[in-house]
Amino acid sequence: MSDLVTLTIDGTELSVPKGTRVADAAKSVGIDIPVFCHHPKLEPVGACRMCLVEIGMPMRDRATGEPMLNEDGSPKINFGRGLQTSCTAVVGEGMVVHTDTEAVTDVRGTLLEFQLVNHPLDCPICDKGGECPLQNLVMDHGKMESRVYFEDKRRSDKHVSLGDLIFLDRERCIQCARCIRFQDEVADDRVLQFHNRGVNLEIVTMSDPGFDSYWSGNTTDICPVGALTTADFRFGARPWEMTPSASICSQCAVGCNMTVNTRREARSGGKPVIKRILPRQNEAVNELWLCDKGRFTHDYVASPERLTSPMMRKDGELVAVSWDEALNAAAEGLQAASSVAGLAGQRLSNEDYFMLQKLFRKGLKSGNLDVNNRQIGGGDVVAQVGIAAGSDLQQLGKGDAILVVASDLHEEAPLWWLRVKQAADRGAALVVINGRSTRLSSHATHNLQADSGDIVATVRQLVSMAKVETDGTGALDAAAETLITANNLVAFYGYEGLSYEETESLAKALANLLLIQMDGEPHVGRMNNGLIPVWPYANTQGAWDMGIHPALLPSYKAAKMTGMDAVAMFAGAADGSLDALYVVGADPIGDGWMADRGKLGLLIVQELFMTKTAVTADIIFPAQSWAERDGTFTNGERRVQRYYPAIRPAGDSRPDWQILSQLGERVGAGKAETVTSLVFRSLTKAARQYKGMDYRSLGQVEAQWPVVGGDDRYYGGNAFANTAGLGKQWAAVAESKAVKQFEMDDAVSSREDGLLLINAASLYTAGTLIDKSAVLAPRMAKITLTINPVDATAYEDGDTLMVRTDRVTVQATAVVSDDVMVGTAVLRGVKAMNGTAVARLSKIKE
Amino acid sequence: MFETFAALAQGMATSFKHLFMKPVTIQYPEEKRQVHERFKGRHVLNRYDNGLEKCIGCALCAAACPADAIFVEAAENSDDERYSPGERFASTYEINLLRCIFCGYCEDACPTEAITLEHNYELSFYDREGAIYTKDMLIVDVPVNGRSTPQPVEPGAFNRAIPEMEDPK
Ligand code: SF4
Ligand code: SF4
Ligand code: FES
Repeated sequence: MSDLVTLTIDGTELSVPKGTRVADAAKSVGIDIPVFCHHPKLEPVGACRMCLVEIGMPMRDRATGEPMLNEDGSPKINFGRGLQTSCTAVVGEGMVVHTDTEAVTDVRGTLLEFQLVNHPLDCPICDKGGECPLQNLVMDHGKMESRVYFEDKRRSDKHVSLGDLIFLDRERCIQCARCIRFQDEVADDRVLQFHNRGVNLEIVTMSDPGFDSYWSGNTTDICPVGALTTADFRFGARPWEMTPSASICSQCAVGCNMTVNTRREARSGGKPVIKRILPRQNEAVNELWLCDKGRFTHDYVASPERLTSPMMRKDGELVAVSWDEALNAAAEGLQAASSVAGLAGQRLSNEDYFMLQKLFRKGLKSGNLDVNNRQIGGGDVVAQVGIAAGSDLQQLGKGDAILVVASDLHEEAPLWWLRVKQAADRGAALVVINGRSTRLSSHATHNLQADSGDIVATVRQLVSMAKVETDGTGALDAAAETLITANNLVAFYGYEGLSYEETESLAKALANLLLIQMDGEPHVGRMNNGLIPVWPYANTQGAWDMGIHPALLPSYKAAKMTGMDAVAMFAGAADGSLDALYVVGADPIGDGWMADRGKLGLLIVQELFMTKTAVTADIIFPAQSWAERDGTFTNGERRVQRYYPAIRPAGDSRPDWQILSQLGERVGAGKAETVTSLVFRSLTKAARQYKGMDYRSLGQVEAQWPVVGGDDRYYGGNAFANTAGLGKQWAAVAESKAVKQFEMDDAVSSREDGLLLINAASLYTAGTLIDKSAVLAPRMAKITLTINPVDATAYEDGDTLMVRTDRVTVQATAVVSDDVMVGTAVLRGVKAMNGTAVARLSKIKE
Repeated sequence: MFETFAALAQGMATSFKHLFMKPVTIQYPEEKRQVHERFKGRHVLNRYDNGLEKCIGCALCAAACPADAIFVEAAENSDDERYSPGERFASTYEINLLRCIFCGYCEDACPTEAITLEHNYELSFYDREGAIYTKDMLIVDVPVNGRSTPQPVEPGAFNRAIPEMEDPK
């Protein structure tokens, strides 16, 4: 039997996959059936009855089972006695649907009148007014006259704070439960619930702190009325007053597509400011969602602490100077230096990285280039066996498998966590290997808790088991069996509790697993198969691709001479063997990598803020934030995505690539570039993987399902349709030719005596950018150290501990729990700390 | 010849007659012309009797304005610092009177009758910026017995932004 079902809706014949709901089927051919409670990403509940239509099925003769025919030969249709909810009704062969009969029109008007019985007349002051499905539906289908007495309306709380981020207006709620269902089904944070019944039904939060979820902002998007509003946008502007600009989130490696809404503001001196951030549909990346970090971490852009003018140290003081003076001084200083090195953050755009490496390699003839906080390796492996272009985690389900190693996706890359979890819900096998249990563990089919020092060993064991037929009895055996027999296999790897070298072997081990060829094809080079690195920052991938690496040129060509890596630079600065350091978008002193500027002769910093590194610099260049300029990021799935300027630059700041190319011009790296798209064009010539891409093709869109953002705006709340580009994935090597198994080095284990320190990521960890977000401040992760009771003989819950490793010293609150294994300690709330370290603890006396 | 003279005399007679008529010009600014009741002059922002501002910062006036002359920014009220009934008030309210065409659409759009076009027609400015009337300039004086805004109020007393509607007859 075919998987398509043919039906007729309002005279249009269409074929849709079996199991489709009638409302969705109608939508797919452009027939809008009004809905409130239905959302294509949620299970239907049929709560609001807005979607009632006439549905008829062909009649069959009871005796023969043959279809009954009218006199003219057409099939006889039985429409039953009443109307049916099209959001719950599943399509059937030969079904006939009428959405525009008198009965349907009439019931729509009545239902809307009913919805408005208790709905307040708040539209003028409601943040949803202007993009409200209820408003729109009343305008389209409402009766425009009410029989209800105004003073009989139910009165309720209009200002209920559900946590710090979301406010609820109980009067406006139409009880569709979209928010509750989103939290339960999609986010799996069951923190909202209905309380009471009937007319007194109200939304309550059951968590402490309230609405404790990384996804809360999404409920305000899908709420079909203005019942849920976000703290940062409340009363900020009317929807029609804002200008949308397409953007890409710069907070993690997922690269969610978003829309930045801006408006000129009198209180900001007439400048356009960011009012809110909404998801932008990209079904292969973030569907219709954003995590709260991406949504709310934009305050830093408008911070008064932004650097606005170039500065130079004169007589010991940093003073504002002109661009020409600063650029000339920097060029002279760099050329005169006996040795130079460049250090970059991992949130710059591809264009910035490209110009940085050009400045160094071509202009300054130096290969001393690296990123700050290099925590995870394997970029070269990813280039070979990374997840294939065209993949979409949404397509993984029964028969497929996902492996997640050494990463807490929920904290590091929330959208991937969501999509992996949903794939597991759809039946994909999920194997999780980590040193402690994480949010993903409970969804895993095989949860292998490995002692952190042994994660790589465990994976290697898994790989060797996968290569041979085993009895399949042990837990590892079973997991290996599941993975290797899966139709599609995607492997994520992170760096939790691993040293840089260990992550490199981990990447290779996983590549070897993916490359194993049993009966079928290997799990590389075809759609929905391959490796995904959980990079710690938004454009770590781009830094790899553009050759911000001491040993690799753009497109992973080996450099003739290996330059200094970050560790060598820090050492060189301390002992005087490095003369000049150029830091772009990084804060090595603030992160604890360098104690001070050491014996550097010249320190140049290109930054948004006066960081600890910038304070000690000789020359400072103010850079533009991501919202003020255009550029491209490449996400962990190697999707190159374009973002657009939303607001005007702060002060006299310039985009990073421009500063670098103007400096490059002064040191002989070629004429300065003037337009971002042209930088991208020259970049595609050097980075062969990007060949064929340009700003136009990155800006192209295709039709996506579900259809959102039409005039109706029933689905996806006010999420904007994507009109500005879906990005392009570059093809891994395995997609065009066979890749051989990777040579593995001898097992490296960094196990030492003492408590092994695992730095567990938290989504809201203090940092230069997130610190400026007013709404997220109360949710910031506290610095804690979790130890097993066996190891915690001398300490108890709540003690303040001094944690020392060979690199950093932090104060943390002790948590004693057997969630962590004996011999390990889990540190939370600290960002920059790479690799495995041994913690030495001491208690601070009260 | 005679015809020319007659026409001339006719014209002179008209001039002569007007010498004794009441002049239409007035001695502005000492003397001011009375305007009609529904004359549309400069806008004002009204207050309720207790002094609360009628404007709730909804910006519907700005949306209705065909000349894009109005600019509104809203903020949230609290019972300790209340500007207007309900949750929202206008923290910034500006009208650019060089753009305004005095059509009165803002008046029509306002859900609380907060903005009305009154009888002041004396609008002259030395520069463009002077043509931008801010909230302070537009808002009427606090009525007698009223209090100025922001004012502290009894919690929950003014939680409706829109005045009560009439019931269907
Ligand atoms: S708050 Fe919004 S999404 Fe939640 S039940 Fe009420 S109307 Fe629906
Ligand atoms: S999941 Fe990552 S990319 Fe998406 S919004 Fe959150 S931080 Fe940004
Ligand atoms: S019952 Fe179908 S949309 Fe609510």
